[in-house]
Amino acid sequence: MGESGKPLYEELGLLATEYDRVVQLMGREPTDPELVMFSLMWSEHCSYKHSKPLLKGFPTTGPRVVMGPGENAGAVDVGDGLAIVFKVESHNHPSAVEPFQGAATGVGGIVRDIIAVGATPIALLDSLRFGTLDSARSRFLFRRAVEGIGHYGNCIGIPNVGGEVQFDDRYEDSCLVNAMCVGVVPHHKILSCAAKGIGNRLVLIGNRTGRDGIGGASVLASAELGDDDADKRPSVQVGDPFTERKLMDLCQALNDADLLVALQDLGAAGLTSAASEMASRGGVGLAIDLDRVPLREQGLAPGEVLVSESQERMLAIVEPAKMDAVVEMARRHELDATDIGEVTGTGELEALWRGEEVVRIPSLYLTDDVPFYDVPRDPAPAPAAIDLSTVPEPDDLSAAWLALLGDPNVASKRWIFQQYDQLVGAGTMRRPGGDAGVVRIPGTNRAVAVTLDCAEWHTEIDPYAGGMASVLEAARNVACTGAVPIAATDCLNYANPEKGSTGWRLAESIRGMADALTAIDAPIVSGNVSLYNESPRGPIYPTPVVGVVGLLDDAATSIGSAFHHHDDAILLIGYGEPRVDASRYLGRCDGAPTAPEPARDAALFRLLAECARQRLLKSAHDVSEGGLAVALAESCINGDVGGQVAIPAGRRADEAMFGEGGGRVIASCDPRHVADVAALAGEGVHVVQVGAVGGDDVVIDAGSSTARVSLREAAQVWEGSIPQALEAQ
Amino acid sequence: MSATRVAVLRFPGTLDHQSAARAVQGVGAEPVFTHHEDTALPTGTHAVVIPGGFSYGDHLRPGALASRTPIMGAVKDHAKAGGKVLGICNGFQILCESGLLPGVLRPNASLSFICRQADLEVADAGTPWTGGRGAGEVLSIPFKHHDGAWFGTPGEARVVLRYKGENPNGSIDKIAGISNLAGNVMGLMPHPEEAQEPLLGSTDGRVLFAALIA
Repeated sequence: MGESGKPLYEELGLLATEYDRVVQLMGREPTDPELVMFSLMWSEHCSYKHSKPLLKGFPTTGPRVVMGPGENAGAVDVGDGLAIVFKVESHNHPSAVEPFQGAATGVGGIVRDIIAVGATPIALLDSLRFGTLDSARSRFLFRRAVEGIGHYGNCIGIPNVGGEVQFDDRYEDSCLVNAMCVGVVPHHKILSCAAKGIGNRLVLIGNRTGRDGIGGASVLASAELGDDDADKRPSVQVGDPFTERKLMDLCQALNDADLLVALQDLGAAGLTSAASEMASRGGVGLAIDLDRVPLREQGLAPGEVLVSESQERMLAIVEPAKMDAVVEMARRHELDATDIGEVTGTGELEALWRGEEVVRIPSLYLTDDVPFYDVPRDPAPAPAAIDLSTVPEPDDLSAAWLALLGDPNVASKRWIFQQYDQLVGAGTMRRPGGDAGVVRIPGTNRAVAVTLDCAEWHTEIDPYAGGMASVLEAARNVACTGAVPIAATDCLNYANPEKGSTGWRLAESIRGMADALTAIDAPIVSGNVSLYNESPRGPIYPTPVVGVVGLLDDAATSIGSAFHHHDDAILLIGYGEPRVDASRYLGRCDGAPTAPEPARDAALFRLLAECARQRLLKSAHDVSEGGLAVALAESCINGDVGGQVAIPAGRRADEAMFGEGGGRVIASCDPRHVADVAALAGEGVHVVQVGAVGGDDVVIDAGSSTARVSLREAAQVWEGSIPQALEAQ
Repeated sequence: MSATRVAVLRFPGTLDHQSAARAVQGVGAEPVFTHHEDTALPTGTHAVVIPGGFSYGDHLRPGALASRTPIMGAVKDHAKAGGKVLGICNGFQILCESGLLPGVLRPNASLSFICRQADLEVADAGTPWTGGRGAGEVLSIPFKHHDGAWFGTPGEARVVLRYKGENPNGSIDKIAGISNLAGNVMGLMPHPEEAQEPLLGSTDGRVLFAALIA
């Protein structure tokens, strides 16, 4: 029995049927440490027991894929014998409880995933969701999470080159903090987490083990948040970026010197998860002597040592003859590297404590014999399009435009990224604030363009189309820099899949994402699932955050979002009719947004890449939240130059200006190149010259209606929105 | 003839040693990474760069622990003999903590980390560090720091660079970089190693590295 009088398995978050399964597999009652290990490894956070069956729908192979899902991070070939390694991961629940450390350790965790593959991190990104900024709690969470990301990322020296944030009541009690890390590694230096070689040593590297983060994966990350969240604060880990930097340098030095057989980071469920993954993947056993694990404090029970989530630790497999060299290299980096056990041929995870065997579990029981569940798939009602006649037409389109630019969801995110080191490593060619970050691949003239994006309103309304839209918006951001989208990673943030239509939305959005990824030829190589983002106030929107990596063969050809020169032609490129449905302009998640057409997006991406290669475009910027009017204003503000366009009014001028949907890009080019760009456009992609760069105002004529804002005022409103919202109270 | 040697110091937590080394190579000199536990600079060292980062995780105070490492004794001897030393960001903080430059770097007035491109005005054109640029000429170089507000007595140093326009961090007299009175030791908060090529947005950082071998 546990302390509450309930059975221990129930306190640990296991169902009675799951406990019976443990007993059946083991052929006996598990010891307490064993039960703790099962409870964590079979938690949703570690096992994906509700989502794994659905994830099989993703395309995960392709000529560039070097390493797909299942390892610490995915890897794709980018030529010159190099691979780009990347993954996005959530740290939602810890951030909702303690935003600074929750967000900071989220960065630490994703960076270690990249290090574990043997790669050098070259970029960080983050995708955030909070309640609206009129809430004091949301302002606190937002401010502290951003500080935490900056604190950790700045100190470890990885440039933060992009991301996104949205504010909505649905995230008031369940904020989302997703972090993505991108690294580079020569193919022959890629490390696997598979333990190999009977008799090889199991080596724990980095921080000492303490009592922090015990049960984080099950208590925090696999249950809904409630009123007693403050009590869960001890389950949030505390990060030390200085140690992480030393760990990063050490792991790279060890890999360079060929001293490692395998490497794995310690994240959720700590040593238990790391060791069982390494054993299962390598088809071997691991024997751990818990008394040799360096502890930060005395008195830890064996179960606590096995599941502590103390940060900045890695687990390595090392040949016995190389142990001395590993220990010496660790000493020079001022870190511990401790031999805590060995590789065995049993296939079992064994743990000794004070000379006694306290754990003996076949590792596959923990990693593969998880009870998987089908989620209920109750469809939500099909959406109905907004009747435009019920939407009041604004008297003053110019005022409506300024109001939209001042919506924190649309406004400049400078307040965030100004707190991040965007430049360390001297490889950042396109900084945050544009469509995607562009970073040079070190030692080459190539670059990667990286972004994170999500269309949660669309996904709530129509999960299949919204899944597609999430992929295509992210890929379009990357394509706007001139890069070719080559692969993706995803972080599926959803509510409780056992309730309402969440399971259906999860399944449908994955199907939509998969179809879009297939159409644009960008396989998923890594990912993460975060469920139970739900509180007594209700579920979050289904939030499938997509990270896309694109490749530029010549870094010098990348395109930015800012207009450059007076008299350059402004082009509207792409497809799709703008609609007010689920738009920022309408300001609510309602209606039937324009369905994306992945094949036309694929053609749009090819056009943009070819234009970059031929250096035909001077700028390109995705039309997203706030529609054409906001995209135009942003290109003007970023370039500190005005612009004037004329477009058809369509159904109504406000919808033409502020409506969203389809795949559209605002671009600029030398007037002499308009015909060249149009000639390169493939089927289904329209290239229309809509105006010219210049002047001190930003002006849109839609039919007989005109909206006009001064560049200076637009910039003030757009830049000032978030700082003012934070200072207001 | 071999290239002029420039020692690039590396403490635990130093982050910008690679980009500083590339900038040193960019002006035709040979960078030599130098470990904080070494008691002497590499043989034939002509100048020293202390790159940015978070040495010792900024524990205690930024630069405080690094300023007390063995290698800093050798750097002091080098500076006393008239050798050039360039400290960037955390390197500037280390130079102030070690007494090679006057003053201290306090937390930014905003109390938050700030990263952005800045226009720097040449104030004292008489030091070697601005490559003959006249007073008032502008260099575009990014800065990124949490503790970058220089505080001290301007008369104890030569003010080489000032932030043009708004003061981003609350430093005395909008100071971005100073040298000692002799002019051979220079510290600045902005990052010239990240303004080395047009694709990064500016090449104005080159003059500070060129000064190392001038």
